[in-house]
Amino acid sequence: MTDSVLHVSRDQLTETVAGLRDEGYVSVLDVTAVDYLEHPGRTDLPDKVAPERFELVVTLISHTAPGRTRLRVQVPDDDPTVPTLFDLYPGTEALEREVADMFGIVFEGHPDPSRILMPPDWEGHPLRKDFSVGQIPVQFKATR
Amino acid sequence: MNSIATDEAVRRRDDSAVLRIAEDDGERLEAEAGTSDTSMVMNMGPQHPSTHGVLRLMLEMEGETVMRSKPVIGYLHTGMEKTAETLTYLQGPTNVTRMDYASPLFSELAFSMATEALLGLEVPPRATWIRMLMCELNRISSHLLFQATNGMDIGAVSMMIYGWREREEALRLLETITGLRMNHNFIRPGGVAADLPDGWRDEVLTLIDALPARLNEFDTLLTGQPIYRERLQGVGVINTAECLALGVTGPILRSTGYAWDLRRDMPYLAYDQVDFDVVVGTYGDCFDRYAIRLNEIRESIRILAQILHQMPSGDYRVQDKKVTPPPRARIDESMEALIHHFKIFTEGFKVPAGEVYAAVESPRGELGCYMVSDGSAVPYRMHIRGPSFVNLQTLPHMMQGGMVADAVAIISSVDPIMGEVDR
Amino acid sequence: MKLPLLGDPKAVIDQGLEGVDHNFVTGKLEDLVKWSRARSCWPATFGLACCAIEMMATGGAHYDLARYGMEVFRASPRQADLMIVAGRVSQKMAPILRRIYDQMMEPKWVISMGVCASSGGMFNNYAIVQGVDQIVPVDVYAPGCPPGPETLMHAILTLHDKITSGEITRRRDETGAGANLTVDQRDGQTSTGVVIRK
Ligand code: SF4
Repeated sequence: MTDSVLHVSRDQLTETVAGLRDEGYVSVLDVTAVDYLEHPGRTDLPDKVAPERFELVVTLISHTAPGRTRLRVQVPDDDPTVPTLFDLYPGTEALEREVADMFGIVFEGHPDPSRILMPPDWEGHPLRKDFSVGQIPVQFKATR
Repeated sequence: MNSIATDEAVRRRDDSAVLRIAEDDGERLEAEAGTSDTSMVMNMGPQHPSTHGVLRLMLEMEGETVMRSKPVIGYLHTGMEKTAETLTYLQGPTNVTRMDYASPLFSELAFSMATEALLGLEVPPRATWIRMLMCELNRISSHLLFQATNGMDIGAVSMMIYGWREREEALRLLETITGLRMNHNFIRPGGVAADLPDGWRDEVLTLIDALPARLNEFDTLLTGQPIYRERLQGVGVINTAECLALGVTGPILRSTGYAWDLRRDMPYLAYDQVDFDVVVGTYGDCFDRYAIRLNEIRESIRILAQILHQMPSGDYRVQDKKVTPPPRARIDESMEALIHHFKIFTEGFKVPAGEVYAAVESPRGELGCYMVSDGSAVPYRMHIRGPSFVNLQTLPHMMQGGMVADAVAIISSVDPIMGEVDR
Repeated sequence: MKLPLLGDPKAVIDQGLEGVDHNFVTGKLEDLVKWSRARSCWPATFGLACCAIEMMATGGAHYDLARYGMEVFRASPRQADLMIVAGRVSQKMAPILRRIYDQMMEPKWVISMGVCASSGGMFNNYAIVQGVDQIVPVDVYAPGCPPGPETLMHAILTLHDKITSGEITRRRDETGAGANLTVDQRDGQTSTGVVIRK
């Protein structure tokens, strides 16, 4: 069973989700994002969609005709904002906070835009590709 | 209680169930606390015996009554999604298995299914059935863990001893098969790590013969016990519309009387070839959630019995040179096999570019894996949709208007595993 | 010469306080204190991740930590002597861990359970403190991911030995550092089945 994928623009996001909700998509399962900074030559976008650095991925599920739909929204680097889906599906609250924390994407109208996973005074957004993994070299030494 | 599904304005109001104060916003905290003589904001956790690890709660209290609340998480944030971007597809299960440590095999399964979907791999039937066997065993051990911790939180400490005793049986079986009690790294892209050991049938049979009697003991100890019922019935009620709006899945959704189980409704593996019931509750309270988990153990035992009969023979992983390392015996004789083995474990295998979402029904709800590949040997992005993470959002709605003593029962009935909440 | 009631006098001396239930011995008060410290070493509940589940399993019926007088996991750090850091310590958790350690009463011990707590383990990244010894002094490191109950008990017994001998307390007094002991992994040594009763 493959999920259907829709490419929508930022302005149409709320509208599309509202439409899907009326069609019987009962829940938003997942909101996440991908940073395409290091994968410029991607080819999986349809012609009319211009690739941007970030992509917001919203997964919805319908129970009446069991199936999932994935919305892929391009979000530019210089203006990383998207409208919140909180009013349509309150369950996106924590998921959107996570995306905001990890990618620095701002959800306009989100009721609680604070960080969720990292400490409040943390700098940077860890899942961005230009944030390093933060590995420290391992030193092996005798223990005693 | 207002229904969050219908009234959009109510959710944003200051008297909605969720307390929306940032945890470091001291000024606002003080101001809020000063608004009334009787209300105060209280902190619970992250080091608290009944918060299942490191969950922290901010509770706004009116005397003993909880008004608004907010779960504060992140104390176990491990950066696993970032680490996943540095590990090959073969190493990936080692990483994801440490997310949901009460049911590690499910994360491995979701990860493997996503990888296989990108590769377009068909897993051999025996591997599929072994996966099912392992998952159901794991579901049993996970729900037994819930019984133990739930009992402990409610104050039925002897239940903890019983729950651990039974869980130890299931763990021993998992250890016999995978070599480890937890964090198995057993389900891998392309199949499973090893074939079932000799005598596995007898071991599984012993377990599923003995467990029902033990579960009946649980019934005697807890289900019919007035004190226990008193503490759980009517506590932490939530309805179907709220659950769906919040994206909740698993036993919490089913406790409201809504039968939704991916195993039945969107079957994966070979769940369409076994016979089982989806257990649902009626009231959506803590007691229903307890009863559902208890009875799901019984259903899992039913499934296990069928798996024992139907287990096909054949390969336990795909015979595709690209993803499968050569058999151990060949490595000793052939240089090529050695090189092949070395390459697969150091460089990994390349996966075609694309993106995919694969989901399984874990003991806590829908566990999904969203994976993006750029054609190299490591995932470009790997995201796990953790059921506990989403389910935690129900806490404020369940706790609102209840006593603070019930908060413990409610947290316990959500059964969050913080490793998978924070990842 | 054999004493009729006490048996071989040399054995009596060797047994020391261990034989207190069938022997009568005289000893130093200090020994008695050390002995009782080791025998009622209450751990604080400090479960963080996967390792915590194994820590709880150790306290369960099959492994039975109660044998060592340790089954009471105290929720309050004020009542605990031993902190078992079971799991990975994130940057967000680190200050809280330290605060809980500071709240514990002297003398106090720390066991670092699992590779994550000991060295960051497989999570060498921005989020995890690479070794809890950067925050608190560690006495015993238990290896494994997760260390099985057998390994944890081995670590605990090692700690008991050191407490009884008093060595660890002296070092703590002098340098403030932990004992830094590493134990072997002992998993699977008791994987015999429990007899299942129908
Ligand atoms: S050492 Fe292993 S089992 Fe323990 S917390 Fe770390 S990942 Fe989990």
